Amino acid sequence: MKSASARSSSRTGGIRRGEVISGWLFTAPMLLIVGLFLVVPIGMALWVSVSDYSGRGSPFSGEFHFVGLTHYAEITSGGGLTERNFGIALRNSLWYTLLVVPTQTAISLMLAVLLNRQRLRGRGFFRTAFYFPSVTSSVAITVLWLFLFNATGAINAMLGWLHINGPNWFNNPQGLLHATLSGLGVNRAPNALARHTILGVSWWDWLAGPSWAMTALMLMAIFTTSGTFMLLFIAALQNLSPEVDEAAIVDGANGWQRFWQVTLPQVRPTIFTVVTLGVIGCWQVFDQVFTGTQGQPANTTLTPAYLAYNTAFGPNAQWGTAAAIGFVLFVIIILFNLGQRAMLTDRSDRAPRPHRVKVGTKGAAS
Amino acid sequence: MSAGHATPVRLPTQRVGRFEPSQVVLYIVLSLIALLYIFPFLIQVATVFKTDNDAALHPLSLIPQNWTSAALNQLVLHSDYGRWFLNSVIVTAFVTAGRVFFNSLAGYALARLHFRGRNAVFAALIGVMSVPMAVLLIPRFLILQNIGLYDTYAGMILPLLVDATGVFIMKNFFESIPVSVEESARVDGASTFRLFWSVVLPMAAPALITITILSFQGSWNELSHFVVSTQSPRLATLTKGVAQLASGAVDAAKRYPFKLAAATIMTIPVIVLFFIFQKRIMNVGAGAVKE
Repeated sequence: MKSASARSSSRTGGIRRGEVISGWLFTAPMLLIVGLFLVVPIGMALWVSVSDYSGRGSPFSGEFHFVGLTHYAEITSGGGLTERNFGIALRNSLWYTLLVVPTQTAISLMLAVLLNRQRLRGRGFFRTAFYFPSVTSSVAITVLWLFLFNATGAINAMLGWLHINGPNWFNNPQGLLHATLSGLGVNRAPNALARHTILGVSWWDWLAGPSWAMTALMLMAIFTTSGTFMLLFIAALQNLSPEVDEAAIVDGANGWQRFWQVTLPQVRPTIFTVVTLGVIGCWQVFDQVFTGTQGQPANTTLTPAYLAYNTAFGPNAQWGTAAAIGFVLFVIIILFNLGQRAMLTDRSDRAPRPHRVKVGTKGAAS
Repeated sequence: MSAGHATPVRLPTQRVGRFEPSQVVLYIVLSLIALLYIFPFLIQVATVFKTDNDAALHPLSLIPQNWTSAALNQLVLHSDYGRWFLNSVIVTAFVTAGRVFFNSLAGYALARLHFRGRNAVFAALIGVMSVPMAVLLIPRFLILQNIGLYDTYAGMILPLLVDATGVFIMKNFFESIPVSVEESARVDGASTFRLFWSVVLPMAAPALITITILSFQGSWNELSHFVVSTQSPRLATLTKGVAQLASGAVDAAKRYPFKLAAATIMTIPVIVLFFIFQKRIMNVGAGAVKE
């Protein structure tokens, strides 16, 4: 130990002797805050999730007891209301994620490609316009959304121009798939789908699709995030060398072909980033539900984050269950990201490589 | 390769031709999308100056039938809006100042200072980044209640003081500037903190502005942390106050001009910031991902 420190101080000529102390002093405030407000609370919540903590006093006061995995069992089995609510929240967020992530990714990429022309007047204006919704707070935009999507609001007035009778968005719990099936004359669940349940929710209800209320929230998410993700794609597109694209033009590829076979494979890393951020964001939806719907109508806008909040701070004050929901949510987010990573890397290993090689040689030849 | 003969002709014509149909279509498409993105906000502002009836009957009209400032009067004179605004200003000011200072301190140490455990600190930071806020709602309440900071300004501010993204931005910035400047000051015998404070920090102005913008936006628009860290109305921020206003009592359910006025005024500070630093914000917008 002694010789090591002597060697390092002689190597740096003594000028950096104070660096070790300074290093820790400089990072101390950050470490303190991270430790006190992240690491310690997560430890506390882990304990609360396996104890009978009531929400009063310190969870470590000795008053409360270890109850094992009871709370985790409550939300994943047992057939109670807790399990059913958790199942419904998962169903809602699954639909939300499956529909919002691909849509927001596609729209933001499309906006970026449209703006990434060599000659485009008013590029700054368009970029500002598309990014603008991302600046406002989720609370303010939810208030606006409640107004736009109310039964006699702006959206339904516009649908009226097309002679479409708009739904009563935020009060309509019917799932979009159920609505479609009902339009085709199927109003009741086939026996097989009604009998089986997962997490207290019947297969038929899992397949309901997002409700009209949730659809309004999904549109809001796409509206407010596409601008941010567009900026990520614009940055990626600007880093591409124009020669590759020009080579493809020389080869007679049209705009559509160039997008799919030249541009898209090159921005795959950014797509990966956007999808990852999108998935994380979608599973965390809280503000919009807290401000706008409180999970209603008929729990169709209930999300895991809001459920955790409401389970603890609601009338029943089930702290252990709420903490358990938080940790299960964390696991879900991690699993989703791993799954999506496997999906996206798998494909990049197979398909795009031939294109990249082909395009590369052509670019070099020209 | 056979097609290669025809296309070189196409390239120059594309550059000369002004009024190509495809270009016109592009502008029309872009303008329609821009309208789609802006129109909701125009409706919002117009509705603030409408009567309740007018807002309900003509939700799409951009011109109020009878201009009225009733909603604004109500908001400014007969609600707690001023209180909420003040709380948002206090919290945002402290969080932004704190983040600028602590993020740059930590970022500098991680970029420049050689000390044992640096890599561990950095790895811990990456770990922290991966914990989503939704998971922290209950834990945050538990810790604040236990150390007596629940329902205080300190409890609202302290947990927000460090953000991993900000430390990353500062660290990357410090790594991008040459070491030579610091080395010469070091030889003059300046202490590490003096060196940081009077030599390094002034050079970091662009990164500091970025941190300021992100912190301002982040803490001004924050809701969930304030929901779990406070309960008394006197500590409500704009986000919490307006959220409760929107979800509030049944009799308030239809007062859209009033609610939209509340939503509009709370947006003004971030919009002003946005237009001042527009270019920089859109270059770093990546850091402020919101859902």
